[in-house]
Amino acid sequence: MSDRPIIDIRHAAKSYGPLEVLKDISLQVQKGRIVAIIGPSGSGKSTLLRAINDLDPLSSGEVWLDDIQVNKALPPRQYETHINSVRQNIGMVFQHFNLFPHLTVRDNITLAPKMLKGISKAEADQLAVEQLNKVGLLDRIDYYPSQLSGGQKQRVAIARALAMKPKVMLFDEATSALDPELVEEVNLVMKQLAEEHMTMIIVTHEMGFAQDVCDRVLFMDQGVVVEEGPPEVIFRNPSNERTKNFLRKHLKGQH
Amino acid sequence: MLRVFPFFLQAAWVTIQLSVLSCAMGLVCGALGAAARLSRSPALRFTGATYVSVIRGTPALIQVFILYFGGPQIGIQLEAFEAGVLALGFNIGAYMTETMRGAIISVDRGQNEAARTLGLSRFETFRSVILPQALRLMIRPLGVNINALIKGTALVAAISVVELTYTAQRYIGSTYKPFEMFLLAGSIYMVIIYVTGLGVSWLDRRVALK
Repeated sequence: MSDRPIIDIRHAAKSYGPLEVLKDISLQVQKGRIVAIIGPSGSGKSTLLRAINDLDPLSSGEVWLDDIQVNKALPPRQYETHINSVRQNIGMVFQHFNLFPHLTVRDNITLAPKMLKGISKAEADQLAVEQLNKVGLLDRIDYYPSQLSGGQKQRVAIARALAMKPKVMLFDEATSALDPELVEEVNLVMKQLAEEHMTMIIVTHEMGFAQDVCDRVLFMDQGVVVEEGPPEVIFRNPSNERTKNFLRKHLKGQH
Repeated sequence: MLRVFPFFLQAAWVTIQLSVLSCAMGLVCGALGAAARLSRSPALRFTGATYVSVIRGTPALIQVFILYFGGPQIGIQLEAFEAGVLALGFNIGAYMTETMRGAIISVDRGQNEAARTLGLSRFETFRSVILPQALRLMIRPLGVNINALIKGTALVAAISVVELTYTAQRYIGSTYKPFEMFLLAGSIYMVIIYVTGLGVSWLDRRVALK
């Protein structure tokens, strides 16, 4: 594992008018590492995550993926080409899955690879089979999203993101919209990715999961990183009062 | 009654031609209008918005008159039928602009985000993700526009296009039976609209999500 970060966020700041959502946040993530971002709603954690692929552009600061600046200032047309190629390397999984309802599971997975990587139909099919195998849903390849459970939808969404062979995966509250009994199957897929050393940044409300899987935990509140460290420190022995308060409320509900 | 029936059928055929041609033109105007209204260019957005508000803000009958009677003054000389098709098509296009725009913007924002994060361009996202979903959202409301259009073709009776309404008026002169003549014309409109409605439902079912 190299020391050079694969994701490097430098002095990220974002405001909507007078409201500062992110205040000078820097974060480095090394290849193969898994970082969880926790915090109360409105703390800016999703905004930070969505800044990584420039879905929510920063007001100031830089985001780097390897040695490419993601949010480079370019004329609109050049920026469009630039960001489209950068985004192919950053997989993203959303709270509400956002599967394409008019396409089968297979086509959900192969749409982007076919369009962007110019692969043949046979190769695309092979890719869909591979990715679905990984998330354990090969038997659903010809289903439409509406025929799947929430947990299955999210696993397909993960397979869709993985099919682009991204260098980094971003998870934006991937299990928050799921019924409790469906959370585990998605967590399992994410754990498996962790074992394969996928670099992941995970915004989550699942403290147990963060504790089990992540190398590092960031606690955010009101647009700043209040505290960060290894999960055993953050969860067992947090030093900041706000972290303690937040965890007290959250862990009470979970155990 | 039986004596005039063949003339009503002929007139119905004219009404159908008017409807089909102006519908086709309306769909083109609607697509262009929606594209303009959703464009990133302020000039195009302004043009689209002006088109919609001018057309929807004035009576269709006035628009037909302007084109047919006013046209020659500015060098546009049209047959009544041509003027009717153009005016009706341009008119319904403004309503279809709003229908199409509404369908496109009501596709969930997450769809756009998911496609863009995979690396698809704005255009690729629109073509493969947004449009297929918007199309099925717009079929029924476009059906409502087409329904209005078919009934609206009656307006071109005012510029002497020999369609259903004009024909009904004409035979009142020789039969002195306005009640029957208008009832007959109305019934034929209803048949045309009923069949069109069936077509719209069929199309809607065909593109419905599985």
